[in-house]
Amino acid sequence: MRRDPAGDVGRSQEMDETVAEFFRRTILKIPITEMMTVLKAWDFLSENHLQTVNFRQRKESLVQDLVLLCEEKRASLNDAALLDIIYTQFHRHQKVWDVFQMSRRPGEDIDLFDMEQFKSSFKKILQRALKNVTVSFRDTEENAVWIRIAWGTQYRKPNQYKPVYVVYYSQTPYAFVASSLLKSNLPLLGQALTVASKHHQIVKMDLRSRYLDSLKAIVFKQYNQNFETHNSTTPLQERSLGLDINMDSRIIHENRVEKERIQRVTQEIFGDYPQPRLEFAQYKLETKFKSDLNRGILAEREEPLRCLVKFSSPHLLEALKSLAPAGIADAPLSPLLTCIPNKGMNYFKIRDK
Amino acid sequence: MSVLRPLDKLPGLNTATILLVGTDDVLLQQLAGSMLKEDCASELKVHLAKSLPLPSNVNRPRIDLIVFVVNLHSQHSLRNVEESLHHVDASFFLGKVSFLATGAGQESHCSVHRNTVVKLAHTYRSPLLFCDLEVEGFRTTMAQRLVRMLQICAGHVPGVSALNLLSLLRSTENPSLEDL
Repeated sequence: MRRDPAGDVGRSQEMDETVAEFFRRTILKIPITEMMTVLKAWDFLSENHLQTVNFRQRKESLVQDLVLLCEEKRASLNDAALLDIIYTQFHRHQKVWDVFQMSRRPGEDIDLFDMEQFKSSFKKILQRALKNVTVSFRDTEENAVWIRIAWGTQYRKPNQYKPVYVVYYSQTPYAFVASSLLKSNLPLLGQALTVASKHHQIVKMDLRSRYLDSLKAIVFKQYNQNFETHNSTTPLQERSLGLDINMDSRIIHENRVEKERIQRVTQEIFGDYPQPRLEFAQYKLETKFKSDLNRGILAEREEPLRCLVKFSSPHLLEALKSLAPAGIADAPLSPLLTCIPNKGMNYFKIRDK
Repeated sequence: MSVLRPLDKLPGLNTATILLVGTDDVLLQQLAGSMLKEDCASELKVHLAKSLPLPSNVNRPRIDLIVFVVNLHSQHSLRNVEESLHHVDASFFLGKVSFLATGAGQESHCSVHRNTVVKLAHTYRSPLLFCDLEVEGFRTTMAQRLVRMLQICAGHVPGVSALNLLSLLRSTENPSLEDL
């Protein structure tokens, strides 16, 4: 095959400019340290292809080379979307995930789930409603599928830079959706999910976090699996006295009994296992003011007071678990705080009964 | 017997016992560790308690010095100390009680005002020490001071008694506090 001296310019005209730009921006997002891993997972460029590229050059030049390579290999928009999915899978906590639960009508028969049928049905529903939409799929383990949707309108092409991600676990009624700014498309998305998976209804749970794996653990009730068995051989006394098992005998804890009680209560509530990771818990209160004094303007007020209490932490549940042992709070903690993983909620609305 | 009295037990031979009272268990333990690292002619014993009264069914040595630790970051720790003070006999406050405020270095985290602890210490006529127990250097220095104070309170330093020490430590910088 003869090579045109000005070949590069000629060849690049075969790939749409917007797609090329999409490739460039997507590859640019990937940190250099992960570049190889992500590209290998993508599996569009083979080992041989990747060897022709110099990975030690400056990032901008590397990205340019990779984009040219993609153009050479006639990569399509779908391939780019797939790369975007893989990048997001590696960086899932850059997005905030909501949890949706679907349900069937009582007594409805559950057919065997067919992944391909689900995907084609899902895509068809979206494409019928919105002509301009890009839908891409990537299967993962545990019978799950990652779906990427780029939304457009009747007259505008899909915006590839504001996609919505859905992770659907087909053996369960749960789907995780990375919050999108385009709230208007959520009902359509819900409908597509519900119908394609042969459910009847979809409901948004009051559970939200950046940590997809923790959300999974909470919703699938997998967080209380304790894999460490060596702890059980250490007697409770030694463990509960905290920092130093080989403590100086000249230090005497007067409240040993109380400390042990706190450790025991904390362990009963939170268990021995690492807690799922959430960043906040939010309580919306709409309650009437209660006062011991029975006096004052607030006590006479008929309407409930509105108040929002938000707890934030890099790791909320571990922080709550350490409150009583650290002496900052009494044990047991309020059930409003400890029920979070059990109830699968971190948004609460509290009203007077 | 829910009230601590300074002279209701016989002293142990060459033993000095300090009682640290506070909600921050971790900090108390660290301070205890620092104190026990000091070279001291007397035998030191450190008792840690979250609050008073102490459990009554325990055989414990005579307590020579009580230090109430208030964490300025926590209203809870202040309230805890205030309630515990009711279980200490008045005669303890003749030089055998001291207050220690921690956390003043992180101004933004403080929910207890400095003046509150100053007033509290003044009310009980006892010295108030400030130390960020989380910082090892400060903690070591404070441990040295406390060991010295403890030795005096236990009567191990000839010529100086707890009451002497109290009058030496009394601060004259805020005369207006006398009017409180």
